[in-house]
Amino acid sequence: MLSVFTIARQELLLARRNMWVATSVILMGLFTTVLTLAGDAPSGTLGVDPLLVATTSITTLSVYLVPLIGLLLSFDAISGESERGTLALSLTYPLSRGEILLGKFLAHFLVLGFAIAVGLGLAAVLVIWKHGMEDLSFAPLLKLFVTAQALGAAFLGLGYLVSAMVRQTGVASGIVIIIWLVSVVLYDLALLGALVADNGGSFTKNLFPFLLVANPADAFRLINMPDVSVPVLSSGLGAAGGASGLAGQVTSLLLWPFTTLFAAWLALRKVEP
Amino acid sequence: MTALLLENVTKTFGKLAAVRGIDLKVDAGERVALLGHNGAGKSTSLRMVLGLTPLTSGRIDVLGHAPGSRAARALTGYLPENVAFHAALTAREQLHHFARLKSVKTALADELLERVGLGHALNRRIRTYSKGMRQRVGLAQALLGQPALALLDEPTSGLDPISRHDFYDIVDDLAKGGTAVLLSSHALTDLETRTDRIAIMSKGKLVANASLPELRAEARLPVRLEITTSPDATERISASLGGTRMNGQKLWLTCKQDEKMARLGQILALGGAVRDVDVTPASLEELYRHYSGHNLEAP
Ligand SMILES: Nc1ncnc2c1ncn2[C@@H]1O[C@H](COP(=O)(O)OP(=O)(O)OP(=O)(O)O)[C@@H](O)[C@H]1O
Ligand SMILES: [Mg+2]
Repeated sequence: MLSVFTIARQELLLARRNMWVATSVILMGLFTTVLTLAGDAPSGTLGVDPLLVATTSITTLSVYLVPLIGLLLSFDAISGESERGTLALSLTYPLSRGEILLGKFLAHFLVLGFAIAVGLGLAAVLVIWKHGMEDLSFAPLLKLFVTAQALGAAFLGLGYLVSAMVRQTGVASGIVIIIWLVSVVLYDLALLGALVADNGGSFTKNLFPFLLVANPADAFRLINMPDVSVPVLSSGLGAAGGASGLAGQVTSLLLWPFTTLFAAWLALRKVEP
Repeated sequence: MTALLLENVTKTFGKLAAVRGIDLKVDAGERVALLGHNGAGKSTSLRMVLGLTPLTSGRIDVLGHAPGSRAARALTGYLPENVAFHAALTAREQLHHFARLKSVKTALADELLERVGLGHALNRRIRTYSKGMRQRVGLAQALLGQPALALLDEPTSGLDPISRHDFYDIVDDLAKGGTAVLLSSHALTDLETRTDRIAIMSKGKLVANASLPELRAEARLPVRLEITTSPDATERISASLGGTRMNGQKLWLTCKQDEKMARLGQILALGGAVRDVDVTPASLEELYRHYSGHNLEAP
């Protein structure tokens, strides 16, 4: 079990050296700052919690950015080490493949959490600086942090899975780009197309709510902006009760990280370095 | 005590039989060299012992444990043939990491780096290391915690002549401490004096496995005698002993191992006309050629 922390420790060091920490933090920090400043309501606007406005725009951003960072951190984790030859040596030490995977996950999860925390922290500071502390509700910010971590974990798991299944890092990077495009852009477009074609039929009523939350990016979006909601999908949301409700969203966000990590572990067990 | 045992071990990659039924035993404190042509199956055999590659058939026992089991790995040190590290780390960071994985004190890791001659470069990134320096880091990690079994795949590749010598000193110390050492190599000259036993693989089969003197006796390769004579006697001696004249005062003879003493007696009987005699038994290279079937030299 100690090996997990040894691996995590080295991965954290590597992430720092290879500038992954800096890259993730700059990505999150820069975009959240810009969005918070751009989307900021003039002070004194009636009744709108300025922090809520900020979380809404940050949520929209995180749907793209958090999966991207998660995949960037993970796609190279197994295939890269296998290609460079460092994996073979690690595997001759007395630790299990599960421990290697868990150690890497722990480190990347921390890097991701740090980047998200910096982004959200910057947003909070900016809002407080402009509007003061009164009337601010921090609960949405906290929810955003926790769910963004879950979203990131899901894509870390996906990245490891891909990384363990292919031999070359180049191929892994191609596949994760496709995964990213599908989950944050194409999936929603496809659902929308299906909704339009179905025109309020049984697909819209029975299948659509499940399909919507099945995508962790959409579950994340729904959980953090239930009212504003996704504009393109709002037409179908009226019908999307039950499955796409809070229980469905939480289940999706919890199930994805665990399933993908488990699948990655199964794939890693088959890797011959 | 047997540290490593391979019984009828086979490995096939699709149609290719890389290792074909080898039996090998290495005792504690024994130094065994694994020789063989490129693609003979040396690295594959070592990787099977480590559990990096599953066997197709046969049995491997590492100090009473299954190959690749956690217990076996805890007792084994391995130097891969193309050793690679995280280039962004320093040698020290990299070795401390491995020490932690092996539950060895990190101070010992520093000592080992010193021992392999990297004391001056401890805190430099491995990215900036030369090939030989990387090889030394590899060696240092294989020595962590005095393993009971050391598997070294071409450990001297990339090392300069002095470092090779130092390397064999380290191997000697390991063996004295009870470590069973199995190393593969192409650098035959180093091995002659520094190993207890030589195993030669050819096309996946083990074609020889004995100490150097035993191999010599078994191969019955000719011994070479080089005789230096006084200039005027060369003609006469050549006529009586046979052999090839090299120049005005040198004569080459070859004979079977068991005829050597009789031949030497004849030479000594010639008295003062013989100034010097050099006796050269078959070199490891000749033995290697003999056993691996590349018998290119005329007998
Ligand atoms: N993963 C693999 N897939 C397919 N064939 C392999 C694999 N690994 C090794 N081989 C084949 O097995 C044979 C033995 O290879 P091995 O690496 O054991 O040779 P070697 O004796 O170490 O050679 P060298 O002296 O060049 O290091 C070779 O023909 C090689 O092509
Ligand atoms: Mg080899």
